[in-house]
Amino acid sequence: MAVAALALPSNAMHAAPQADKSPAPNAAASASPPMVEALEANDVPLDQGGEVELRWKVPAGAAGDAIDRFVVQRTLGREEFDALLTERRKAAFQTHLKALLAQGVAPEQARTQAGIKAREQFPKLAPGAALPIEWLPQTTEVPRPKELPQDRVVTTTIAELDPGSKYHFQVFAVDRGGAKSSAAAIGPVGATPGGFLLKRAALLGWIVVISGAVMFFILLARTGRVMRIRRIAALEAVDEAVGRATEMGRPVLFIPGIQDMDNVQTIAGITILSRVAKTVAEYDATIEVPTSRSLAMQAAKEAVQASYMQAGRSDSFNPDAISYITDEQFGFVAYTAGRMVREKPAACFYLGCFYAESLILAETGNSIGAIQIAGTAESSQLPFFVAACDYTLIGEEFFAASAYLSGEPDQLGSIKGQDVGKVISILVIVVVALALSIQVAAMKMAPATGPSVMSKVADASGFVAGKIKWILKT
Amino acid sequence: MKRLVPLWIASIAGITVIVSNFIPVALGMSDLVTQMFQVLAAVAYVLGAASIAKVHLGKLSAKRPGWGYSIVVLGCFAITLFAGLLKIGALPADRAPYLPYSGKYDSEGSVVWWIYEYAISPITSTMFAMLAFYVASAAFRAFRAKNVEAILLLGTAFIILLGRTAAGAYLTGWFPDEIGGLKLENLSLYIMLVFNTAGNRAIIIGIALGVAATSLRILLQIDRSYLGSGE
Repeated sequence: MAVAALALPSNAMHAAPQADKSPAPNAAASASPPMVEALEANDVPLDQGGEVELRWKVPAGAAGDAIDRFVVQRTLGREEFDALLTERRKAAFQTHLKALLAQGVAPEQARTQAGIKAREQFPKLAPGAALPIEWLPQTTEVPRPKELPQDRVVTTTIAELDPGSKYHFQVFAVDRGGAKSSAAAIGPVGATPGGFLLKRAALLGWIVVISGAVMFFILLARTGRVMRIRRIAALEAVDEAVGRATEMGRPVLFIPGIQDMDNVQTIAGITILSRVAKTVAEYDATIEVPTSRSLAMQAAKEAVQASYMQAGRSDSFNPDAISYITDEQFGFVAYTAGRMVREKPAACFYLGCFYAESLILAETGNSIGAIQIAGTAESSQLPFFVAACDYTLIGEEFFAASAYLSGEPDQLGSIKGQDVGKVISILVIVVVALALSIQVAAMKMAPATGPSVMSKVADASGFVAGKIKWILKT
Repeated sequence: MKRLVPLWIASIAGITVIVSNFIPVALGMSDLVTQMFQVLAAVAYVLGAASIAKVHLGKLSAKRPGWGYSIVVLGCFAITLFAGLLKIGALPADRAPYLPYSGKYDSEGSVVWWIYEYAISPITSTMFAMLAFYVASAAFRAFRAKNVEAILLLGTAFIILLGRTAAGAYLTGWFPDEIGGLKLENLSLYIMLVFNTAGNRAIIIGIALGVAATSLRILLQIDRSYLGSGE
């Protein structure tokens, strides 16, 4: 919420609701529209918090054009109130500072005293204390429905509220001329989070199905069932790339992206790094891993060291070969590209999260004649890698790489499991596309008036497509 | 134990974040996990700084080729760190104008802001600008018509390039409405909306499934290689 939006006059602080400023019901009765009836405010259940549903009845006498729209106003939440308090403190500080300086108080002393006075004038609310009723100047307009339901109830949801605060609401009826009714007020109501987020039920369903499939195939693999995975050329080329570097006596360069360890692509990159480093250690080649995040550097160091130990070459491990460069995207690229040109690594691996630097790195590697293997989940960077690298792991291949290289049945089983997700996705896409196409074709073929077989087909197809879309959205 | 504890921390943290996506009450726990990561990343900066110092001091003391640049790196590092820690030139924050050190270290007018605005930003912009030449170089190689696929790629790229420039409209703008679909700008739009979107979505669905499977392998502690060896 912008602070500017909260710039209420300072004398409104801790004031009574502005409803008092509205015309009294009796006085307004002749000129203003009638007040709304039966106002209710309820916290929206099964949401993530921050939403309150308001319901009210259009008065029975408000026929025709008597009411054009409704205006909903709410009180400030805790954060908004704190922001307002800060604004007022700042203004008070400047006022006190001017006064003190005019009195001849030394500037430093005046600043301190003005600060104290401002804080005393506008003290912070005690934790847990109820918020004073301060109405937000911004209002929400709700148009009057063209066709009122029989019960004359109008509903609206006020969103983006602070789940930790309680709010008061007031609703005005407004006519075409802009005349407002008296306020119907209600509160306090909280916008607390529900126990479960219904909006994400479909996502949960997907997670359960995919996870279930992955776990099923992992268990199947454990029973001894052989899992066959298609050949991935880029991963078959790892040995070749490292072998080439060994023969040429040049280093292997591995870049695990430019993001931190909270990005799954960086984790995937480091899992592949551990396999590549093991091959490097076995071939007695050298590997260099410049990183753009210090946490990623530490993780890469651990992974490479463990791989060297696993290969029985702990003594060859050089911790300085895994270094932190800078978080700055193009600073990292400048360093790495320069190093590539100077040291001419024979094999370059770019496996992780990359943005605009992908092409600079890959083109530099190409210009020095290195064998290059890349992989990322950033779909916008894939064309650059495809254009400039020898092998590219596209999308899911990148995430399957670690399991593929390990050859462990458990991990291969998990790749099989994700194929189930792919089959379901394909089925959903085909069914929805077919249903919508049939609906359009049937609607064109159906006669303009009256029921027919074609109109029924169109309805049925629309129903199927609509249901699937609804399930996916819910 | 050295591996067991991090594995369990990863599993618990991951499951907490997943659960908080569906149970809003657990959102606080998820935020806590995120904050813990930020604290950890902040601590790791010390290791990063140590790594930079170690590499460049080593280069300097051994007088390896390019050691002069290490002096520049270490000098800039020290100046920026000093200016940032002492908030040199930073004005007090708007929220608390009465507190001299309440301003942000990189607020407008501070030394760090000046370094960023007048040194880092122009240099990074220069690097970014060079990208255009790399694109041209990669395009030249990718569009060589050496086989059927490359010819298709070249043809598609040609349509897209022309369709997105004034030249496309100039060349085919006179086409009658009956064959308006063949105008270069319409062809370009069609290729982007249909072929490109379809291919892109297929890749994105694959990525989403790959992320799910990878996350599951890590949460279930099946893939431990990110902590070192697989065993």
